[in-house]
Amino acid sequence: MTPMIDVTFQLITFFVFTLNFSEAVTDDRIQLPMSQLAKPAEGPPADPITLQVMNDSRVIYAGEPVSLEDIGGYLENEKRVMIAAGKEPNAATMVIRADGRSRTGDVQRLIAVCQEKGFERFVLRAEYDERR
Amino acid sequence: MTPMIDVVFQLITFFMLTLKTVVTEGDFDIKMPRGTAAGAALDDPLPPVRVRMTAGPGGERTSLTMNGQNVADFDELRSRIIDLVGTGPGSNADRTEIELDCDPGLTYDNVIRAITAVSGKVEPDGTVIDLIKKIKFAPPKK
Repeated sequence: MTPMIDVTFQLITFFVFTLNFSEAVTDDRIQLPMSQLAKPAEGPPADPITLQVMNDSRVIYAGEPVSLEDIGGYLENEKRVMIAAGKEPNAATMVIRADGRSRTGDVQRLIAVCQEKGFERFVLRAEYDERR
Repeated sequence: MTPMIDVVFQLITFFMLTLKTVVTEGDFDIKMPRGTAAGAALDDPLPPVRVRMTAGPGGERTSLTMNGQNVADFDELRSRIIDLVGTGPGSNADRTEIELDCDPGLTYDNVIRAITAVSGKVEPDGTVIDLIKKIKFAPPKK
């Protein structure tokens, strides 16, 4: 019995240490491009709005795939939320997690839609590549 | 003893189910203000470096040019950027801006590789030499 309890406590310790409360938005449908310089920032960006571009040209917004034509309406809501909170829309950071296989034109169209709504801060997210 | 083991297994189950394997992710800032007044953001700017990438029908990169000159690959692009702006004190990297001009069909992976090439160099010992951090997209062509 004692060895089993030992092992079990080892397991508990392992899982406790790997517990991760980060609320970073991730999605299995997106394969981020790899980059050696994609070092994590110190903290999450201010007021992040995550938009994920899939390689079929749709955008995942709040977990749901939305077409590029419809994303403007959702961003209009985000803009109202920002204004209601007493902030300028360009205080928000648009976190763009685009699939490495998606079309650059789609990413650029998405950026253009965001700009139309007054969002002007963008970061492009990539996966850290440890190979040298 | 048995109740304790019960609780311990509950705990194990909870921690197992909440386990998330995260890969390290990082961000690249891009400067995309509305309008075309982007150059005004830099003090004493040097002419922007224009990186153009064309795409074939499948989205693969067919050419890579920097200020109109052909570049073989992203490593060569990086060494040309280093030749242009220099590194260390006296580097012009802070005053230079990159404008990425890509065909709409190009796979996005190439964009991140180009941004990686122009924004820094990883030395064999792991230190990073910063290059140009101001990056924007050229206005999309219709």
